[in-house]
This record gives sequence, structure tokens and C-alpha cells, in this order.
Amino acid sequence: MAKANRRKTETSELIFKIVAYFILTVFALMCLYPLIYALASAFSSGEAIKQGSVILWPVDVQGDAFMRVLTDNKFWINYANTLFVTFFGTVWALGYSILGAYALSKKRLLGRHGWNFFLVFTMWFSAGIIPQYTNYMNTVGVFQGIGINDLKWTVVLAMGMNATNIILLRNSFEGVPSEIEEAARIDGATEMQILTKVYIPMSKATIATVALFFGISRWNGYFWAAKVMSDQRFSWPIQVYIRDFLKEYTDIAGSDGLDADKLATWDSLYSYSATSVVYSMVVCAIIPILAIYPFIQKYFAKGVNMGGVKE
Amino acid sequence: MFKLKCDDFLIYNEETGTYYMSDEQKVRDETERNRWKNTGWTVLKDWRLYIMLVPMLIVYLLWKYLPMYELMGCFKNPTTGDTMHVSTYYWTGLKYFSTLFTDKIISPDFWMAFRNTFTTAFYGLLFGFPMPIILALFFNEVKSNVVRSIMQVCVYLPKFLSTVIVTSLVLVLFRGTSMGTQSIGIVSTVFSWFGADSAALNNGLVQTTQYYRAIYIITDLWEHAGYDSIVFFAAVIAVSPTSYEAAQIDGAGKMAQMRYVVIPSILSTVVIMLIMKIGSLLSVGYEKIYLLLGEGRGEGAMSNYEVAHTVSTLANEWSEADDKEFKALGTAAEMLNNLIGMILVIGANKIARTASDVSLY
Repeated sequence: MAKANRRKTETSELIFKIVAYFILTVFALMCLYPLIYALASAFSSGEAIKQGSVILWPVDVQGDAFMRVLTDNKFWINYANTLFVTFFGTVWALGYSILGAYALSKKRLLGRHGWNFFLVFTMWFSAGIIPQYTNYMNTVGVFQGIGINDLKWTVVLAMGMNATNIILLRNSFEGVPSEIEEAARIDGATEMQILTKVYIPMSKATIATVALFFGISRWNGYFWAAKVMSDQRFSWPIQVYIRDFLKEYTDIAGSDGLDADKLATWDSLYSYSATSVVYSMVVCAIIPILAIYPFIQKYFAKGVNMGGVKE
Repeated sequence: MFKLKCDDFLIYNEETGTYYMSDEQKVRDETERNRWKNTGWTVLKDWRLYIMLVPMLIVYLLWKYLPMYELMGCFKNPTTGDTMHVSTYYWTGLKYFSTLFTDKIISPDFWMAFRNTFTTAFYGLLFGFPMPIILALFFNEVKSNVVRSIMQVCVYLPKFLSTVIVTSLVLVLFRGTSMGTQSIGIVSTVFSWFGADSAALNNGLVQTTQYYRAIYIITDLWEHAGYDSIVFFAAVIAVSPTSYEAAQIDGAGKMAQMRYVVIPSILSTVVIMLIMKIGSLLSVGYEKIYLLLGEGRGEGAMSNYEVAHTVSTLANEWSEADDKEFKALGTAAEMLNNLIGMILVIGANKIARTASDVSLY
């Protein structure tokens, strides 16, 4: 009987294993494919893209579309804007998040539950697009009033808040044993020293994760940047530039607004397709993420697992 | 009897025959009298802690809570008063809410967006929630660390791409022939094998009423399922191998092992993740929808306007209308949507707390 059971178990396990491997492989390939397609399209000729003969590798190889992007000043100005917003946005958000999370992690903080609620409530309820837009435009007005004319600073300071990240940091700080803090206090350390010399070194993994969460969301941010800076081309981040190009020169994003003459002009001027240019830009925009991806991927896994929010 | 009761704060002096107050009680009284003074002192002593809280509070007040103050715009007529300041508009009461619900032109659009928000959210939950769990169970079957890591790197990747990049990939892969000027996208080809509508294949599948929703859900799975599996995978590998062995000896097949060993041990994680999912249910990714929306209503079924618009994207469209009153309408619509979302998350949390002792907040 036991032997029969054993065999039954083994058969069902084998079937399950085969199914698992098959589905995972298919899914993994599906996740990779669009990127491979983007790379192949970036280097294929316009005719090949039109005919749909690009599947896995470049057909009728051309490098003009990529060269066009590499020599496009506007694109690189926007690229620099993205770097600017990502760097300062992450530093700023990380700064106030660490300070706030440290204070929130202290039991002796008066009204601790109230402050926590203040934070968590923003995860439950948001005012919506229109009030936020009005608010951002007022912010822009105020900033210009005090001499900050660059709209990028509005994006850096006013956007990209994330209460979940603060709670991640708070939970990590709460995990630091209080004996260490007391020892440091007896040695005469100030609050700030305790934070920078004890808490931050002991929560390095969480801080790295949260920094990456902030950074990635900044690098990828589109909607508010596009809305607030709609007519300021030179302050755009690349995401806005890519979308604008896609809408302007290809017929794939909502065909109504497209000018047929414009497409014809493009075809008469260039041998490569506008889609190739879009994908060359996409490749340029993903490269930094792909470059750091192998190193950060384990942090993300860690960060998500710490994400169980507790009170 | 009396003596026993008073023992802790009164002490009997046998010489004089009187009671006097114990030292402990004197201290207690003093503390009680100084309670507010002491509170002040604790705050003062830890003033650095409160200073640290300030930047975060300012940021959240200015850019999270101030917009909530702007919400009063939905009770006010934006064509009156000073254009930039909500507080100067004239009150109109519930006028815009009644417009949303009863107006012949506005309310069909509003209900359409409202229905779409719920349907999109519901399908997103129905397919988007089990998929990461299934992936995690499958990952557990891959015993080779190297193979599993490679697979995981692949499936997490789409999460890190921006919405603009994802939508531009989707729009090309699902594109149509666009009046015969080009060949259809690769994935459209797959759809055509299964007999997709020729008009849809001409127009582009994303811009078609009947395929839009499926494409939205599929691409959402593509983006998030892999990454969301991380947390479930951590729960699955935490199941002790001895539990499996015990089940095997009892003759449990793979399905029985899943049912009696794995599922019960990852249940608390599943509940927490479900609450989180429900909490963000109605804030369906408006950025992606905004980028996938075609322009205008289109002819016949050749537009995704009717199925794609959610409350947020409709509010966004209204905010750009020439008629300023649409701003107030949009604010009202989105506030209703977000209020329901808030009730959902609080409700889900309550249910989870009573049902399984697991809760999030």
C-alpha cells in the first residue's frame, strides 16, 4: 500500500514539475520578448518594419535611427533632466523619509498613533487628479514667486511621495534593539548621531531598497511631469519626450490626431521608420536600468518581503 | 476591613491614633498634579525628535493634504470668483453631484467610467491576484538555484519598465494594418489565427472595444505577476520540508500536498496581499489607461473610449475641457470613486481582522 502511494505521489509530482517548468519558461520568454523586439526594431529598416518581417533580430540592418537619437540634442537635454530629477528627487525623498521614519519609530514620541494615521491616511484616500493638478500649478506659482523658475524643482520637491516606503523604513528602525541606542546615549551621542551612526548603518538593506524604489519611480515618472510641464520642452524628462515623439510621428498611439502628410513626408525623407527612432530612444532609456538591474534585483526581493506592514 | 482597603495610601500611626498619607501616595499625587507639566517636559526634552518629523509633515501637508482642501471645489462653481483660488468660488451645494447622476449628457459618461473602473479593477483582481501565487508555487518546483534565478530575473524585469515604454511596446505589438499601409503587429498576428475581427485587425487591437480589456489585463499580468510572486515565493519556501515528507508518506499527491500543506501555511501572506490589492483596487493605473486611450469616441466599435475610460481618466479629460464647470464635475466624480476605495480598504481590513487575526493597519 505504502509503495503504491509512493508511486502515485511521484507521478503527480512529475506532472506538476513538467507543467511548472513549461509555464515558467514560456512566461519568462514572454517577459523578455518585447525588449528583444524593441532592440531588433531599432536597427531594422523602415520597409522591414512596415512588412512586419522583424521578429527576433534586425532585418535590413541600419544604424541611422540610433544615430539620429544619439545626435539629437533635445533628447539628451531631456535625458539630463531625467538624471537630475532622479538624483535630487531620490535624495530629497529619502532625506525626509528617513528623518520622519526615525521619529515615528520611537515609542516616546507623543501622539505616535496620530502621526502614523496622518501618513497612512494618504494611502487610503487621495484627492484625485484635478485637485492635485490645481495644487501643483499653485506650487509652481509660489516657487516662481520666490525665484525658483525651473519647473524641474517642482517635480523634485512636490512629487513622488510614498507612504509605504516611510513605513518600510519605520519598521526597519523599530527592529534595531533599544539597548544599542541607550548605550550610545550614555556615551553622549545626540539624537542625530544616534540616527546616522547607529540606525542608518544597521538598516542599510532597507534604505538601499527604499532608495531604489524612489529612484525607479522617478526615472519612470511620466504623467505629472507631462501635465505640469506640457509646454516646456527643455524641462521634460525622457519619458515625456518618447511619448511625444511616438504621438507626433507614428500612427500607433491614437490615430485620429495624426497628420497623414507628416507620415508621407517622413517616408520621403528617411529610409528608417519613426518606430525605429522610438525604439532607439526606448533602448537608451532602459540601458541604465538594465545596467544596475542585476545588482539591485536581490534588494528588491528583500524589500518586498519586508513590506508586511505592521503597527 | 477598612485598614486593608486603605493600606496602600494611608498608614495608621498607633501613637497618635491617626492616619497619615504614605510616601508612595504623595509621589503619586505629585505626579498626577504634574502630569501636564511632565508632558511638556518630555516633549521639550525630545524636541529634536519632533524637528525630525517636521520636513515630512510639511511635504505631506503641502502636497497631499492641501489637495484634499481643494476638494471643496466640487461644491463650488469654478466660473465664479478668482480663477486660481477655490476658496473664492461661490457655493453651489450638491449641484454637480446631481448633474453627475441625472444629467442626460453627463451622467451616461460618468456611469460608463464608473462601471469601467469597477470592471477593470474586478478583472484585475480575478486574474492578477492568483497568477503570482501560481508562479510562486511553480518556482518552488525548480530546484536548481541557477535556473530559478535566471527565470526570476526575466519575470521581474517588466516591472521596472516605465509605463510609457510598456505602452509604446504594447501599441506596436498589437497594432493594426492602419488602412493597409503596414502589416499587423506580431501579437495581432496571433489574435488573427484565432479569428479576430478584420475591422479590429485593421484599426489596431488596443483601439477596439472588444479586445481592449483583454489586452489591458494581459499586459497588466505581464508587468506585475512576476514581481508580485516574490512575496508569495518567500512564504512558500518557508514551508518546512518535513511537512512535505509527512504528507508524502500519507500518500498525498501533489494536489493534496498543495491543499493541505502549502496553502494553509501561506494563507496569512495571501490575506495580507489580498487586503493590499483591495486597498488599491479603485486606483487602477490611470497612467497606463491614459496612454492607451485612443483619441475621441471613434466610429462604431472602433474605439476603446467606451471600455477604457475610468473615473480618473475621465476627470482628467474633463479638466481640460473649455467649460470650466467640468472641473468641478471631475473633482466630484473622482472624490466619489476614492471614497468608495477608502471604504473598501477599511472594510477589507476589518473583515480580515475578525476572520483570521491578520490585518494590515
